[in-house]
Amino acid sequence: MSKEMLTGAQAIIRSLEMLGVDTIFGLPGGAILPTYDPLMDSKKIRHILVRHEQGAGHAAEGYAAASGKLGVCIATSGPGATNLVTPIMDAMMDSVPLLAITGQVNSHAIGTDAFQEADIVGITMPITKHSFLVTDASQIPATMAAAYELATTGRPGPVLVDVAKDAQNKKFEFSWPPKVELPGYKPVTDPHGKQVQAAAEMILASHKPIFYVGGGVIRAEAHAELARLVELVGAPVTTTLMARGAFPDSHPNHLGMPGMHGTVPAVTALQKADLLITLGARFDDRVTGDVKSFAPGAKVIHVDIDPAEIGKIRHADVPIVGDAKVVIAMLTAELEKQLSGKKPDFASWWQFLNGLKERYPLGYVDTDDGKLSPQLVIKRIGELSGPDATYCAGVGQHQMWAAQFIKYERPNSWLNSGGAGTMGYSVPAAMGAKVAEPDRLVWAIDGDGCFQMTNQELATCAINNIPIKVAIINNSSLGMVRQWQTLFYDKRYSNTDLHTGTDTVMIPDFVKLADAYGCLAIRVEREDEIDAAIKLAIETNDRPVVIDFIVGRDAMVWPMVPAGVSNDAVQYARDAAPIWDGEE
Amino acid sequence: MSQHVLSLLVEDKPGILTRVAALFARRGFNIESLAVGTTEVEGLSRITAVVSLDGQPLEQVTKQLNKLINVLKVVELEQDASIARDHMLIKVKTDAATRSQVLEAVTLFRARVVDVVSDSVVIEVTGDSAKCKAFLKVLEPFGIKELVQSGAIAISRGSKSMSEKVLR
Repeated sequence: MSKEMLTGAQAIIRSLEMLGVDTIFGLPGGAILPTYDPLMDSKKIRHILVRHEQGAGHAAEGYAAASGKLGVCIATSGPGATNLVTPIMDAMMDSVPLLAITGQVNSHAIGTDAFQEADIVGITMPITKHSFLVTDASQIPATMAAAYELATTGRPGPVLVDVAKDAQNKKFEFSWPPKVELPGYKPVTDPHGKQVQAAAEMILASHKPIFYVGGGVIRAEAHAELARLVELVGAPVTTTLMARGAFPDSHPNHLGMPGMHGTVPAVTALQKADLLITLGARFDDRVTGDVKSFAPGAKVIHVDIDPAEIGKIRHADVPIVGDAKVVIAMLTAELEKQLSGKKPDFASWWQFLNGLKERYPLGYVDTDDGKLSPQLVIKRIGELSGPDATYCAGVGQHQMWAAQFIKYERPNSWLNSGGAGTMGYSVPAAMGAKVAEPDRLVWAIDGDGCFQMTNQELATCAINNIPIKVAIINNSSLGMVRQWQTLFYDKRYSNTDLHTGTDTVMIPDFVKLADAYGCLAIRVEREDEIDAAIKLAIETNDRPVVIDFIVGRDAMVWPMVPAGVSNDAVQYARDAAPIWDGEE
Repeated sequence: MSQHVLSLLVEDKPGILTRVAALFARRGFNIESLAVGTTEVEGLSRITAVVSLDGQPLEQVTKQLNKLINVLKVVELEQDASIARDHMLIKVKTDAATRSQVLEAVTLFRARVVDVVSDSVVIEVTGDSAKCKAFLKVLEPFGIKELVQSGAIAISRGSKSMSEKVLR
């Protein structure tokens, strides 16, 4: 136990160092100034100065999602803190371990509407796992340690630590490790043995089971355990938007992504299954569609570390609270015992599913306007970059195509804003991912709308030698909204035209913009230029690269289940419902 | 619509009441009443919440409450295994003709008069919500000028306490 006199500010930095934090994304201001001073001297922590606090938050998320470690962002009081609100909410929805540190006005000024005062603890209460206001310097070490524990254990999530300026300035006797008291926090990691046994029995009694795999498997680092379980059972697998990469796309048991833009085999398999083996997934409305008609004939095994997820949307016949890694390993062992060398027989189920896979593979048609097919661009990025690369998407059509047409083989290779659907996530998240794993090729696959929300972080990337690659899938519009207007609003395109295409006023010109930010900027308009541009981007590592891919604006994301209807109504392409002849 | 009495043992930390109340609001659960106070253990508070649920299972409410870091324990106090009390202060119009009738009602309901002036009395009554409602009904004809009531507080029957299970 080391003891010395430190200021609160020094204690914040020292605590972070003791917790193993090596990177912080942030932007200073009045109320956090004291903490930025000792930060300058830290040999262990790299601070990356962003251009907007939202960028700091998403970068910390990207860092966390790529590495599995805690992501840390820091901002000043008032607007600095409120600019973190979106990434904090994003981290809450996608269970990202995030620590947000904010400066607060002097404790005696709290409540007086002081300059740059905002009740950030109050503002973030519903979107954090927990939040702390520290007005006493001596509480800093224990609070930081508690925040770390809360953010990284159980179901991970964002934790906010708001520190009054006078607490940062006050000296006190620092000692480490502090005593962390969280009597109300006891995450359950080890499941109930009887429940695991019941789950195994249910699996072996089923005829049409499917593994419904969610992001919890990635957060729990349970991919290897999952692979063994799937090999043993031989059932099909579907990975949600948050779980892309949790199970290799190249595996024959993988049916692809479920949900609104899921593959026909995955969506249909869930509808026809007699058992959902739900692992770290939460029956999100984008997966279930109309809940009442979702997987109508299926019993449900639901494994989650958060007890509140079980039974929230869908009744669980076998609820299992626990860490996915532990539960899956136990379930595998239990199944091995019950099977005693035999292999479950799902041959007729597979006959049905293989028919679907054959008839309804993912595909696309070329655009009518002669512009690039966005799906082709994204597919080539994936093929030329390979499964070792990390891919971050914004939100919208390009995100769905990136989830569909890139083949993911490893966890944490696909980063996106799933639950929150935060436009602008991609560039800063890619920055964070690249900082976490500098040797990896990191792509931000972005839309022209999303890119305009956070592209200022290209400056951060250029100056700090963070050579990410940005592919703008430029269809000159808010593409997903436009798709809905095409389908459901009689082609009345209200406020979705962004004028960034080559046949428009091109404001902004993304090539000029990227050039101004010190990036290598490339425009690609012809199909035969695609590969060369991607290869040049991959080879260029002395600065960030931005490729402006000019794509057709009428391309749509298929398959699609329209919002709020049964997943039975999945459309393979426009007005083309799959035919279920020769059913199981 | 079903009513449930929930008892929460919580850490006495700033913002805990906001967190609990906000959770009810955000998840669409209706609070009928809420009462907060300190307990026999320093640093712990007790919140009694009467909630009415329309369709949602009680389980979801308690699970969400349990996720709050400062909440140590949540239990439902079933009516036959617990005692619940409301507390009311009622200002009732009286005059020479009605005062004795009002006082008679006070005696019948084992309530107490705590202030008297020429044209009104303040009555204090404690009891379960059914008794309090019945008492109000009796007083209504005389004219209720003002009514203040606490949320229900509730405790389990028997010798076990909520905190001893948690702190062990």
